Amino acid sequence: MLRLPPFQYFAPRSLDEALRILSDHGPEAQIVAGGTDLYPKMKRRQIQPRALVSVRRIPELSHIAWMAHDGVTLGAGVTLARVLACENLAIAYPALARACAGIAHPPIRSMGTIGGNLCIDTRCTYYDQTFFWREALGFCLKKGGTVCPVAPGGTRCWAVSSSDGAPVMIALGAQLRLIGPHGERTIAAEEFYRDDGIQYLAKAPEEILVEVRLPCREGWRSTYWKLRRRGAIDFPVLGIAVAVCMESGRCREARIVLGAVGSCPKRIREAEGILEGNPLEPDVIEAAARAVSRAIRPLENTDFLHLYRKKVASVFAQRALHELAGTPLTGGLSGT
Amino acid sequence: MNGEQHPLAVPVYKTLLEVLREDLHLTGTKHGCELGECGACTVLVDGEPVLSCLALPIELEGREILTIEGLMEGGRPHPLQSAFAEMGAVQCGYCTPGIVLSAKALLDRNPMPTRQEIAEALSGNLCRCTGYIQILDAVERAGARMRERRS
Ligand SMILES: Cc1cc2nc3c(=O)[nH]c(=O)nc-3n(C[C@H](O)[C@H](O)[C@H](O)COP(=O)(O)OP(=O)(O)OC[C@H]3O[C@@H](n4cnc5c(N)ncnc54)[C@H](O)[C@@H]3O)c2cc1C
Ligand code: SF4
Ligand code: FES
Ligand code: FES
Repeated sequence: MLRLPPFQYFAPRSLDEALRILSDHGPEAQIVAGGTDLYPKMKRRQIQPRALVSVRRIPELSHIAWMAHDGVTLGAGVTLARVLACENLAIAYPALARACAGIAHPPIRSMGTIGGNLCIDTRCTYYDQTFFWREALGFCLKKGGTVCPVAPGGTRCWAVSSSDGAPVMIALGAQLRLIGPHGERTIAAEEFYRDDGIQYLAKAPEEILVEVRLPCREGWRSTYWKLRRRGAIDFPVLGIAVAVCMESGRCREARIVLGAVGSCPKRIREAEGILEGNPLEPDVIEAAARAVSRAIRPLENTDFLHLYRKKVASVFAQRALHELAGTPLTGGLSGT
Repeated sequence: MNGEQHPLAVPVYKTLLEVLREDLHLTGTKHGCELGECGACTVLVDGEPVLSCLALPIELEGREILTIEGLMEGGRPHPLQSAFAEMGAVQCGYCTPGIVLSAKALLDRNPMPTRQEIAEALSGNLCRCTGYIQILDAVERAGARMRERRS
């Protein structure tokens, strides 16, 4: 049996109580929501917190609240299954529904939360292995070692941001509300991530993600395309979230965000610029798709060859944009 | 648990899977990957599939758990159990408890699912033996029987 290491478990019923427990235990404590990312990592001894602070019973984390003409607020503790069950969310934010529907599989979607999804640990072929495996190969920079086998000459970790939700939240312009011992703050989803496989979040460990605010996206179209080996279970090894706002046949504003090609989700501003001011016609789409592929440099630390992922990035960008233009392409790869 | 209450004292870091198998001696729930990837350990919590290898009993306090041992109805096999046996949807049987419970959750919510919906509902349950076709057939047959029974 792969067992969890021992820990103390706390189930606070308010944010104040949770913050108090987190500060009492300092770096030994870790927040847990559904546990679907954390528990496997603990079983593999990648993370070994002494105290777990569950956010499941905190009422401020469990709402879906619509604000008239001003979007929606999702509590961080809302499960992925609840997001999927909400038809209004799928209508207002198709990319979000599409991304959630592709996460893992049904039991994980009923256990895992949207907040947990935005905070999941970065992934790497050399890191997401059992203790035995990692010890046999020699530990890497991210946990216990001094060398990164992916880029042995360097000093940084290139583990991959593998959340399906993260690129979508950035593309949709989400704001995240965080509460910590020194008060609360609200930041753009884009600023929540750091380009570092180890310190991948711009958040203190004792800060709790309370809610995600999605602005009203009337007049926008959005979608999400995901590459993985199987049609279920697997994490993304490439994800593309695209949102465009159309006005009299032209793209007024565009957001293209790639997941799983680096240590943080990556906005491709050059591609956005190519779309803006233009109709979504095949040559414009093709130019934007080429810019997407040019801007990324995936490494050899996930499933599939890195060069293949780079190539599929432009194919998926093209398909996603054609989908939003109402001229869907058909053929081979079916982004799931 | 399967309609009964069990007062239990177990370490907080034991997963539901470990408690089921080692403390309650209910070994129908299987352990596969123990990392959320295979579905062998699926049980139902308030009717929804949950991976017992990633759930802590303390997180499920007061909720109703159904394992494969609790599926018989009035001493008779559940229609899913009969259909799986009849259609050759069980070979080594290791994936079966999890698959049958995932299928039960689906049929309780949606009595007449399409084949696509069945495949989607079972997409977290791996089977190394059958090739899945017989499993999809068995769920369809069980669904039909359950609808007949109800009408
Ligand atoms: C087999 C398998 C397949 C998976 N496939 C996918 C996939 O395809 N795509 C994908 O995106 N994910 C996938 N996941 C990862 C994970 O299941 C989901 O991302 C899920 O939504 C995580 O949510 P959770 O509530 O279970 O997070 P937890 O495991 O509870 O937490 C994850 C991290 O977030 C932190 N955290 C949780 N809530 C908060 C909060 N409110 N404030 C601050 N920090 C918090 C925790 O400390 C932890 O570091 C998969 C997992 C498994 C086991
Ligand atoms: S990128 Fe290198 S340091 Fe980071 S997890 Fe992978 S092997 Fe370890
Ligand atoms: S044993 Fe729980 S999912 Fe594999
Ligand atoms: S019958 Fe053997 S794994 Fe499914």
